[in-house]
Amino acid sequence: MAIRIKKGRSGKSIRSIVQEMSDVDLSLCFQCKKCSSGCTVSGMTKSPPSEIIRRLQLGAGDEILERDIIWTCSSCETCYARCPMGIDVASVIDALRSLAIEKKAAVPEGNVPLFNKAFLKTVRAFGRAYDLAMIGIYKLGTGTFMKDTEKFPTMVMKKKIALLPVWGADRKTVRRIFKEVDRDKGK
Amino acid sequence: MEYAYYPGCASESTARDQHSSSKAVASALGINFVEIPNWSCCGATAAHQTDRLLAVSLPAPNLLTAQQMGLDVVVNCAACYSRLKMANHEISTHPEIREKVGEVLGRDYDGSVKVRHLLEILHEDLGMEVIRDRIKQTLNGLKVASYYGCLLVRPPEVTQFDDPENPTSMDRLVKALGGEDLDWPHKVECCGGGLALTRTDVVVKLSESIIGMAQAAGAECIAVACPMCQVNLDLRQIDIKKAMGKKYDMPIVYITQLMGLCLGVPYEELGLNKLMVSPSRVVDAIAAVQNQS
Ligand code: SF4
Ligand code: SF4
Repeated sequence: MAIRIKKGRSGKSIRSIVQEMSDVDLSLCFQCKKCSSGCTVSGMTKSPPSEIIRRLQLGAGDEILERDIIWTCSSCETCYARCPMGIDVASVIDALRSLAIEKKAAVPEGNVPLFNKAFLKTVRAFGRAYDLAMIGIYKLGTGTFMKDTEKFPTMVMKKKIALLPVWGADRKTVRRIFKEVDRDKGK
Repeated sequence: MEYAYYPGCASESTARDQHSSSKAVASALGINFVEIPNWSCCGATAAHQTDRLLAVSLPAPNLLTAQQMGLDVVVNCAACYSRLKMANHEISTHPEIREKVGEVLGRDYDGSVKVRHLLEILHEDLGMEVIRDRIKQTLNGLKVASYYGCLLVRPPEVTQFDDPENPTSMDRLVKALGGEDLDWPHKVECCGGGLALTRTDVVVKLSESIIGMAQAAGAECIAVACPMCQVNLDLRQIDIKKAMGKKYDMPIVYITQLMGLCLGVPYEELGLNKLMVSPSRVVDAIAAVQNQS
């Protein structure tokens, strides 16, 4: 299949930013496609992992940040585990995710970035994840209140999900980590 | 045998059953879990999908505390296991990351504390012989499909857990408990746990293929060692029926719950009542032997 890419306009290429962020040498890939053969979501994405690597090699611009795999990928690490060249494809996708958030790329189906944000918000506040608040923030943001709600009564009855956040984490350190990481990003 | 225990956030919510059953099993086997004081979240998938420095820094204070305790870390949750090990790996192989994490924490950490999954401890430190000696009843030939999922085995450079394509540590445990370990092909497939709430469409398909394969292999239950896998495979059976019209009734039990049943740990401590798909089939198989004897 022919691959067409739109090159970025100026400045540092996505390829070099991704290489820097993930420590991966993209030139090592010889397109054997083993990563895509084993990819958990290859049947549900338009751009399997080997194609993402190829696009980067060819110098793709910002459009790559809107490829569906970036947020359909389940982070299962199969691609990295099986790559004969030891290319950490999963970290490449993580780097593309960070870039997509930074550059405010289009919101993907399911809005995983909002979910991650909601999760991290509860960690920042309590030092530990708090499922109910995270689900609440996510559902508020996506307007999917009814989805999955039929399971809640049983889960609550069986005490399979906690109603209240738990105290006890070293919240001071956790808050410091978030603050310092934000500061580092601002540099 | 003493370890610094990292429970992980799920232990206080959706994996209270895994938490209580593994603590009970450990104590029945004479293993001492000392909870890491004031432990905090490892950042899970959300952190590594957002920012690399955040993902490496969040596990670090827990590892530092364990280092001060002078103990190896023991983890139950495969997702936490993977994040703690990844942090160690990144910090110990990248001096510049170690330095950055040091600045973020205000303390230096060298990435050297050993992080181990409970399954590793059972095999390497305790041994199957001891378990065989200690059990009060067997699984009575129960057919168990051991499901390892992604994060225990991958990436192998980081986790160094068992064989990444065909792990057998849970299978060997099932055998030691007197169950039948099934050879089946989906041991390390991904169930999509990380997308559980965001991409139900993807998760339903992935879970169906795993449960369907276990059933085809003759499994009477699937044993897991990860809260994401447990909740996902257990909860999504209703959605599989709705979306694909296939009806499954496959109990998804923690390996520690199976162990607890054999070691005679009281049911309440095993949290068996929390499972969505009733594990009565599993419990009955074991009770049958008890009545005979
Ligand atoms: S498996 Fe590795 S070398 Fe092969 S296509 Fe994928 S990234 Fe390239
Ligand atoms: S980590 Fe993502 S891209 Fe790699 S195999 Fe898994 S789902 Fe596919």
